[in-house]
This record gives sequence, structure tokens and C-alpha cells, in this order.
Amino acid sequence: MATNVYMEALSPTMEEGRVVKWHKRDGDPVKAGETLAEVETDKAVMDLVARADGVLRQVAAPEGQTVAVGSVVAVIVSPGEAVGAAPAAAAPATPSGSGKRETGNVATVTAPAPVAVTPLPVAAAADATRVKASPLARRMAKEAGVDLKLVTGSGPGGRVVKKDLERTPERGQPVASPPAAALPSPVSRVAPPEPTGAAYADVPLTQIRKTIAKRLATSLGPIPHFFLTTEVDMERASEARDALNKQLGDQGKVSFNDIIIKATAHALTKHPACNAWFQEDHIRYWREVHIGMAVAVEDGLITPVIRNAELKPLADIGREAKDLAEKARSRRLQPNDYTGSTFSVSNLGMFDIDQFTAVINPPEAGIIAVGSIVQKPVVVDGQLTARRRMRITMSCDHRVIDGATGAAFLRTLKQMLENPLAMLF
Amino acid sequence: MATLTYRDALNQALREEMQRDPNVFLMGEEVGVYQGAYKVSRGLLEEFGPMRIVDTPIAELGFAGIGVGAAMAGLRPVIEFMTWNFAVLALDQIVNSAAKILYESGGQIPIPIVLRGPNGAALQLAAQHSQAWDSWLSHIPGLKVVAPATPADAKGLLKAAIRDNNPVIVLEGEMLYNLKGDVPEGEHIVPIGRADVKRPGRDVTFVCHSKTVAVALKAAEQLAEHEGVSAEVLDLRSLRPLDEEAIVGSVARTNRAVVIEEGWPHAGIGAQVVDVIQREAFDQLDAPVLRVTQADVPMPYNKQLERLAKPSPDRVVAAARRVLYLD
Repeated sequence: MATNVYMEALSPTMEEGRVVKWHKRDGDPVKAGETLAEVETDKAVMDLVARADGVLRQVAAPEGQTVAVGSVVAVIVSPGEAVGAAPAAAAPATPSGSGKRETGNVATVTAPAPVAVTPLPVAAAADATRVKASPLARRMAKEAGVDLKLVTGSGPGGRVVKKDLERTPERGQPVASPPAAALPSPVSRVAPPEPTGAAYADVPLTQIRKTIAKRLATSLGPIPHFFLTTEVDMERASEARDALNKQLGDQGKVSFNDIIIKATAHALTKHPACNAWFQEDHIRYWREVHIGMAVAVEDGLITPVIRNAELKPLADIGREAKDLAEKARSRRLQPNDYTGSTFSVSNLGMFDIDQFTAVINPPEAGIIAVGSIVQKPVVVDGQLTARRRMRITMSCDHRVIDGATGAAFLRTLKQMLENPLAMLF
Repeated sequence: MATLTYRDALNQALREEMQRDPNVFLMGEEVGVYQGAYKVSRGLLEEFGPMRIVDTPIAELGFAGIGVGAAMAGLRPVIEFMTWNFAVLALDQIVNSAAKILYESGGQIPIPIVLRGPNGAALQLAAQHSQAWDSWLSHIPGLKVVAPATPADAKGLLKAAIRDNNPVIVLEGEMLYNLKGDVPEGEHIVPIGRADVKRPGRDVTFVCHSKTVAVALKAAEQLAEHEGVSAEVLDLRSLRPLDEEAIVGSVARTNRAVVIEEGWPHAGIGAQVVDVIQREAFDQLDAPVLRVTQADVPMPYNKQLERLAKPSPDRVVAAARRVLYLD
């Protein structure tokens, strides 16, 4: 029996994927679990793996082509098994991103197949009316937020069974997928197009650019933002950082950003009203603090998550942040690295930005934008003196956080940064 | 701990209980002078005398009735049937008297009787003498039914049966009497209604009892050796009450089950077990539950046909492969 190879949802928000490279060619023998192709999702380059043993046939998506999730890109047949007439090339994803999948209309996406003598069951796995699955598989899919329609069943009659879900922990869209990338970045490391004489150059949107565009439009537009700014004296934090780094020696370095993440997490434990998600009909107040950390990457940005930042020592946060940032830049973050944050921090201090406002990463209710640390003349104890100062701006979702609530949080954060010892209490 | 045969474990249980409680007595065909058709009562006549080790005529209904009457009068009879195939003749006393008197007396008259003997097929005893009565007897409210698979369980369950204040059916096996195993000495009681994991496993649960425990263990060995499959063997030990918690717990771990029994498929013990699984472990199931039973025919006398009619390790392995989606 032929098994369809679908473009799978390899990240929680993926709606289409670009085939970067086929590792197997038409006619190659394949084993279940083997990598068939590399696929660029909206987040990273991931492996598309075989779901059955057999021979790869009818590769319908050439390298470089972008196809909608759920499209058939090839089939796996038993050795010697006759295959039907070649299927249509996998339907290219519609550029407007209108390829909605919730109606299970993969069939319509791949519909323009020429009449085949033995039509492949192209839409079998996408039949919206009934999916055959064992009770256990149903429960597992529900718990993991996996859409069973997208899973190829290996049991009798295509029944989805436990092992089909164990092989694919993340194939459909999670029910409540947390946001991934949503912060504005003034940084673009993509080289501008070479001058060619034309007055303009059209550069197609990459997957990550599309996701950023779509997600940001769900933030500043619909979310009623307001902004609170304060200036923080960073003298003591600087001293603490110097002392800490001296002590750590070769075992890593703590950055200002790490200190800000730690202080933010700590302040959030004292102001749980700011550590929340706005949901359709309720507000989810988190008891754990997961800080999203905006990282600029080539042609975009992404927010990997430091989980339980409130519980972690500064040195651990430093190591983790460094590791996540490196993974982000090499595009090797896995979905669980960049989902589930409860509050975010965006830092443009290294670009000499004094102060800016960041766009909230929905469904979170707040984000801190961090400016650069600069020496300024300030009056301390009646004396004019030079101090290292830093401006931070909090963006708040007014549906969750009111002015006074946000201000109280920001005051705590300021106090902790100005007196790092306060974090011990 | 001594190594005993199943028959000697039963003998030890009888002896210990008769020493402990003068109200316990044994009655049945050939239990005294001949020391039991299968030598379960060896040495007991000598030790306890003809008042407590009572030989009867070939009259199952009669001596089962005497047993029920003795229980009503306050004694604790152990009635031995030469085989459960002969006990069909006594069903009126078992079903209509023993099982119902407590109920019909408004709870006034308990019937602490034990009815025991070999059950199911041995070798080439043909259709009338090769029947498993497990599901017939388990069907009756008012009876408890146990079916030990090992010498230790035989001793522990018979002692529990003798001490129970309800009628308890003990299903033994002609093919089990020579089985050897470690048996705890003295006060070893296996509570009625408690199943036992005879082999732990991860991938599939074999629910079995009595002679099919050995069948399931052999199948589990084959699967481990040839398929890398880890099968859990759950010995029910008691058929009524049924240890539903153990069944559900095991299936929750393995997500798949094969139920094995000596009896016929229609309305068998396995059907009852499957009912428990589908009701209490529905969301844990990754495959339909399969059953391995005796073929749905009177037991053939022909040796090869008889072998094919009985549950075998090969048939259990085949069923396991199907629920594991290996085929």
C-alpha cells in the first residue's frame, strides 16, 4: 500500500514549507524514520522523515519550492509495487498565505491532479469527516495538541496508533500555540540586493519574514498598548557584574542582559498580575516565569525562552542565554526552545539606542525594552556626579495590566537593578 | 521455602487447615482409602480418621448436598469432585443451594463450603471429560471462584477458600498436579480476588489463569527472544471476584491485551475481562483486545486435533503480533 509523504507541520505555527534539499531521490529505498528532505519552516530548517518503509516515488515538490502543509510531496511504495500515474506537482503555497488548513481542504489544494488510472488516496489522511485512530492515539493527540488528520496511520485501514504519534511528537498545530517571534528588530543582516540598474528590487519574503509580519500585525493593531518608561541607576549592577565575572573566571560571563532577565523574572514573582497571557475569554496568570529573550538573527528575530528564570542562578541564565542565542543564529532552535514564554525582554542597548518601545509578543501582556547604559551627570546627595544610567520601557497590554499595576512592577524592577542585593529577598 | 508439587501443596493446605480447625472435613469419591484419585488427600485418612476423611458413593448431587447441609449446621466441608466434568451432576446443589442459602435466609445462614477438583482438559479424555467450567461457575452470584496456576497459589488459595464464609469453587488441573514450585511453609494465604503479575512487561498484557498461565509465559518468552517484545503475564487467580484494578493497571501500562483461557470463546471469562478493559481502560487502548480460547467445538479425542483445539503459545504469539501491529 502506498503511503503518502505529506508536507508536515514541523513547527507549531508552520503553514507552508520550502523544500531545501531532497536527501532521497525518486526510486531510492527508504526506511521509516530516515530523513527524506530538509524543509525550511517559518522558524528553522527541519528534517522531513519517512513514515513508512519502501521506495520513494513520485517526488512532486522540487527543491526550492514552497508547498502548503498537508500537501503530498511524494509517495512511499512497496518495492515492485506499481504506482499510479504521476500526481500533480505539489501545489505551491499561495503567496498571500490564504492556504487555510482548518477545513481540511488539502484535497482542494492538490486537486488539479490529472486524471490518474489508479488515483492515489491523496486526500485520505485529510478527510475531515472521520479519522480512524485507536482510543489511546486519540487521547495522546489531544494532549499534545496534534491534529490527527495530519497523521498517517500505520495500523489496519490506516488506523492511527500509538507509534505513529511517538514518531511525530509535533505534527499538527498545538491547540493553544504560544507565540514564537513577535518583536520588532531594526536589525537586518541580509545584504541589500546588488544594484542592477532597476529602480527597485523585489525580494521574496522568507518564511521567517512572513511569520514576523503576520504576528506583529496581531500585536500593535489589536492590542491596546501603553508604555511606561523609567531610568535606572546601573552603578551597583555594574559593580556586581564585574565582581561576579571576576569570580566566575573561565566559567562564563554574566551580561547586563542576563542581570535584567533575572531581575525581571524576580520582579514578576512579586507582581504576578504582569506575568499573564490574555486569552479569548480569560486571563491566564502564570505561576512560573518563562522569559522570552529577543534575539536578532539573519533576516529577522526570534524569542527563545529561558524557562523558570525566577529559579535559576545568574550564571545558569548567562550560559543558557548564550547557548540559545547561538542556536537561534544557526537556526537550530527546536519548537520547544521558542514557545511558552510568559513575558519578554528586548534589548537594543548594544546599538546605542537610549530608549525604545517594544511590541508585545501575544498572548503575553508585557515586554521590557532596554536601552543602552550611558554615563550621565546626575545629582546624588546634593552633589553633581557622573553615574551609569539605563532607560527601560515597559509595554503593557491594557486588557490585562492597568497603569498603576505596570508602574508598581516597574518600580520593583528598578529597585532590584539599582540594588541587586534586593534580589536575595 | 520447600519445593512442592501442586498436589502436595494442596495436601499441605488441607492438612494444616484440618489441624487448625476441627470443623474442617474432606468428603468425596476415593478421598480416603485410595488417598484421592490424584493423591491430593494422601495420608489424611491415617491422620484424621474416617469421621473427617469421608469416602462417598458415586453420587455427586448427593454428597454435594450433604456438604451444603453440613455447612448449614456449622461445619466447614471440603467437597472433592474427581473432576468438574462429574460435578455437572451436582450443579443443583451448587447453584440452587450453596450459592443461594445465605441470600434466601436473609443473611442468617452462611455456607462456608469448598468445592474443588480438576477442571478442563487433560490429555485425550475426549469431549465429555475435557471441559472447562470456569465461566459457568463464575456466572453465579453467591459463589467465589479461584483457579490457581502454581503450587504456592494452590496452597494459599485453598487455605483462603477454607477460611472464607462463602461457597468457594477451587478449579485445579490434572495437568497441574505434578507442577513443582516453591511453596511458603505454614501460614501462607493468598487473598481471594487478587491477581498476580507472573512476568512484568511493557508492550502487551496477557491476561490468563490456571493452565493458560504456562501458555502465556511460554509465549512471552518467545516474543522476548524473537521479536524483542516485552509481554506482561497477569494471572487472574480469582475469577470471581475479578481483580479489575490489576487488569486495568496492567493495560494502562502496556496499552494492549490478549486474554487467554481454556474454555470456549462464547460468553467466556475472556469476554468478561474484555468488558472490564473496554469500560475502564478505553483511553489506554491502542488496539482491539484479542482472545485466545479453546476452539468452539467439543474437545476432539484425536491427539493432533486436541492439540490444535487448545490455546497454545503459538496462537498467543500470533494474537500478540496483531495487537502490536507487527503483521
